[in-house]
Amino acid sequence: MAMTMTEKILARASGKAGVRPGDNVWANVDTLMTHDVCGPGTIGIFKREFGATAKVWDRDKVVIIPDHYIFTADDKCHRNVDTLRQFVQEQNLPHYYDVGTPRYKGVCHIALAQEGHCRPGEVLFGTDSHTCTAGAFNQFATGIGNTDAAFILGTGKLLVKVPPTMRFVFDGEFPSYLMAKDVILHLIGEIGVDGGTYKAMEFGGEAVQRLSMEERMTLCNMVIEGGGKNGIIEADDVTFDYVRARTGKDFEPVKPDADAENVFYKRWDARTLEPTVAKPHSPDKRATARELKDVKLTRAYIGSCTGGKLTDFVSAAQILRGQKVAVKTFLVPATTEISQGIRTEKLDGKTLLSIFQDAGCTISMDASCAACLGGPADTFGRINGPEVCISTTNRNFPGRMGAKEGQVYLASPYTVAASAIRGTITDPREFLS
Amino acid sequence: MSATKIRGQVYVLGDNIDTDQIIPAQYLNLVPTIPDEYEKLGSYALCGVLDAPAFVPQGQSKTPYTIIVAGRNFGCGSSREHAPIAIGAAGGRAVVAESYARIFFRNCVATGELYPMETPSRLTEEFVIGDEAEIDLDASTITNLRTKRVLSLTPLGDARPVIDAGGLFEYARRTGMIPATSHPDTREAVPVNRVVED
Repeated sequence: MAMTMTEKILARASGKAGVRPGDNVWANVDTLMTHDVCGPGTIGIFKREFGATAKVWDRDKVVIIPDHYIFTADDKCHRNVDTLRQFVQEQNLPHYYDVGTPRYKGVCHIALAQEGHCRPGEVLFGTDSHTCTAGAFNQFATGIGNTDAAFILGTGKLLVKVPPTMRFVFDGEFPSYLMAKDVILHLIGEIGVDGGTYKAMEFGGEAVQRLSMEERMTLCNMVIEGGGKNGIIEADDVTFDYVRARTGKDFEPVKPDADAENVFYKRWDARTLEPTVAKPHSPDKRATARELKDVKLTRAYIGSCTGGKLTDFVSAAQILRGQKVAVKTFLVPATTEISQGIRTEKLDGKTLLSIFQDAGCTISMDASCAACLGGPADTFGRINGPEVCISTTNRNFPGRMGAKEGQVYLASPYTVAASAIRGTITDPREFLS
Repeated sequence: MSATKIRGQVYVLGDNIDTDQIIPAQYLNLVPTIPDEYEKLGSYALCGVLDAPAFVPQGQSKTPYTIIVAGRNFGCGSSREHAPIAIGAAGGRAVVAESYARIFFRNCVATGELYPMETPSRLTEEFVIGDEAEIDLDASTITNLRTKRVLSLTPLGDARPVIDAGGLFEYARRTGMIPATSHPDTREAVPVNRVVED
């Protein structure tokens, strides 16, 4: 039977020749990821249900990446990391990236990729809704709660309903001023925040194939903001080069059958898209950056799994070099590898770090989720009052970055950097010749 | 032991109530399997909602509202299981919404904390905060006891026996998906997912 990529992965993972949307299948899990916010609760359920001395189903398939509340004075946050550390010791788990050690990474979705845990054709579950980021690697990847994660820890399986697939195709080439963030904000505006509910969102076309792995990750990262169960992209040489540089494990990618059924199909001419912004308080409140030129800002933020990768900082630096920011601008890299890149990567002979410092940005080199989701009161960059912020992050729900009085506009690193310079929302084409 | 009817006061919300409004991220340092922190999560349930009366009165840990009536896409956003748990810990027993975000719905079922009932049509205009209502799970209806109107709900289907059992693990044991013997003798003192009774 003709199948989409998502259907093929779930068929293989459940030992079936074929599956259809709506089928409930027991999928064998290749990787389970958890972090400091949901890990302790998951471990609590695992011990309660399987026994205090029970062992996880496969030590090599569990990945634990503390990343959310790391650089804070909050005692409970430290207690939660201690809980992870103790579990890792009890279970002798090899894939743990401990706080305060050279192994510490930062934001789990980016660390998973950088450490070789994202592999084509596999099944990844994580206790975080942005686990869908790994769809960029031709993986079935989605977020789950603590109870489902504890079930996997004990059994290695999860009951999954096979989602129907929506296919989004972009022909040609995205313009140089456009980033994947603009593309996904455009799509969410089109389908709405529940337009992809229970569905797989598949991205294809020449323009998508031309994207770097980092940009593909941004595209898949925000399918959850459209309600999607997973995002997925075909693997190619760009994928293989990234993955093979980071893991020696074998993998088997999947391709969609030409006659596979899609519940939604739309093509775009990639050249027609414009720098796009989501207005408060929902990721589907779409506008072009140009339309919002009168919106006055009080701060800008660049960071998170969505917009805190090295490519995001390089893009921001292209606009910020030789300029000064007009509003307080917070920068926080997603992972320690990216922190290092900010120190060493150069544009016109200047490091990204010095470009950002000269522009007047406030930079934290402590890689983590930081203020993307508010967090404890002492979190770097957290919104603690009626701020109007433009951000490269993924959500602008009320109170998402801290105070309920805050307003968050979501945009690409280009648009955020251009807006930080002007102090009002700005189309980055004004700075990109 | 399973619920057939849920009765109590109604709390009314609109569309796209996200998990940051249900339980703001600053409270995610609380671990739901620790009894004190489970209770504490309840005290913060829905405290992030803009422009609405408190779901849980200031300084208390329980809500006077048993049933939440909402619009589309309830529970969108994060996979945090703290969200259905916070509502359940506060004493909420059912949500009646036009539609749900996928992970929130699944977390309601997996934890057995809440009955996430879907409605074939929008019901937010049928209730005001504080109305007394009764859900009949067998008949798949909700009755507004003030207006006496009986409104249809979509049957819960396969999800109901899982919630009736108290969540995924108890259901999996009862139905032989996981061996009953995996139930440990060392079970810690944690709040067992409520098995609701009529």
